[in-house]
Amino acid sequence: MSPMSEFFAMGGYAIYVWSAWGLTALVMTANLLLPLRQCRKLRIELEQPE
Amino acid sequence: MSVIKEYWHKLSSAKHFYPIAGALLPWFLIPALLMLIWGSWQGLVVAPADYQQGDSYRIIFVHVPAAWLSMMAYMVMAINGAIYLVWKIKLADIVAESAAPIGASFTFLALATGSLWGKPMWGTWWVWDARLTSELVLLFLYLGTIALRGAIDDRQRAGRAAGLLGLVGAINVPIIHFSVEWWETLHQPATVSKFSAPSMHSSMLTPLLVMALAFTLFFFAVLMVKIRAGILEQERHSRWLSALYAEAPETTTTYSPEGEPGRNG
Amino acid sequence: MKKRHRKLLFIVIGMAGLAAAAALVLNAFSSNLVYFRSPSDVAAGKVNTDNPFRLGGMVREGSVVRVPGTLKVSFVVTDYEQDVAIHYDGVLPDLFREGQGVVTEGRLDAEGVFTAHTVLAKHDENYMPPEVADALEKAGKSADGSDLSPSATP
Repeated sequence: MSPMSEFFAMGGYAIYVWSAWGLTALVMTANLLLPLRQCRKLRIELEQPE
Repeated sequence: MSVIKEYWHKLSSAKHFYPIAGALLPWFLIPALLMLIWGSWQGLVVAPADYQQGDSYRIIFVHVPAAWLSMMAYMVMAINGAIYLVWKIKLADIVAESAAPIGASFTFLALATGSLWGKPMWGTWWVWDARLTSELVLLFLYLGTIALRGAIDDRQRAGRAAGLLGLVGAINVPIIHFSVEWWETLHQPATVSKFSAPSMHSSMLTPLLVMALAFTLFFFAVLMVKIRAGILEQERHSRWLSALYAEAPETTTTYSPEGEPGRNG
Repeated sequence: MKKRHRKLLFIVIGMAGLAAAAALVLNAFSSNLVYFRSPSDVAAGKVNTDNPFRLGGMVREGSVVRVPGTLKVSFVVTDYEQDVAIHYDGVLPDLFREGQGVVTEGRLDAEGVFTAHTVLAKHDENYMPPEVADALEKAGKSADGSDLSPSATP
């Protein structure tokens, strides 16, 4: 096995390890991006009052 | 004394904390992201496989920081809820409200990654032992405070009710921590604790500690953004916010009032 | 100012009362909070063996016997003071091995044999590369760096 495919295989635990890490990446990205977007939306509302 | 008092007064006012939170954001976020990258590379690539668990133990580098954060975020929420109950500081209520969803998401992450680790190693996705059950209770406590805020329209009453539930639920945090020592559990005792030398080889321990610190800094980065959003929401009609944004010239993209940071974030 | 202090005192007393109540409740239910019982508990008659229960301990070295061609396996669970023989027919977790902790779920029969329908592996809090574990073993120490002691909890 090449070092690369060996890395992705995670010694046979690929599903578990990559699911856990993938889920973590997803949750952290959402945690950061959603409030940033909300903050921008609120600021735009303040800058352009109807 | 009066200087400290004045400083505290300024720090605890939404108007003054708004730009502070914006200025603090990059100081939390940039180190957090750098450490996340380094820790992930170390944890997934550089650290050796475990002598018993092989590569499956690499889940620890996200599981333990998430679990640690789930408890730390709760303490931030509970303490700020208590401050709001006693001193009625609006900012503390905003902090408590902001911490809850972040904490809930990391509690979910701790449970989910633990489940993904338990299946191959223990042979089960879930057991009702004291550690896992108390962590699940933590998730329900978070969801309870969020639901209470959603259910009560009056902002002050909502903050008090959520603060009280958060405070009462804080009893669960030491229970989670000590559950593995007080009762026989399927979950193993802590690898890293204050009271004894860590039972982990340094090649694995360093990335774990870096990841835990990265998660902590990340929490505060997100907290700053959410606090700013909370202040914007609550102080929408206040004069200082209008002065900051609404009366700015039309070219909003180039003009930054008072050199206010975080605008492009 | 005074009202505020009273409120703070109220919260402090409330928290203390709550902590005491929680301690009492946890203490009362602590036998239910115990996830598994040890072979010594069984020998001492602390476990109601009429009902199924969870038995935890270490898999005794050299005790694992597999029936060829089937998933049937038998082994001995020990806490280094008492032993219980286990019969199991099913898939074992990856971490199941001799000298490691397990929690089994099942029933104890009149002959003292425990028939398990579930076997879960319990691991310890130690993590190290294989080379380090080998070196420790050569130095005559257990993998967690401590001397092999019979009182080690599973």
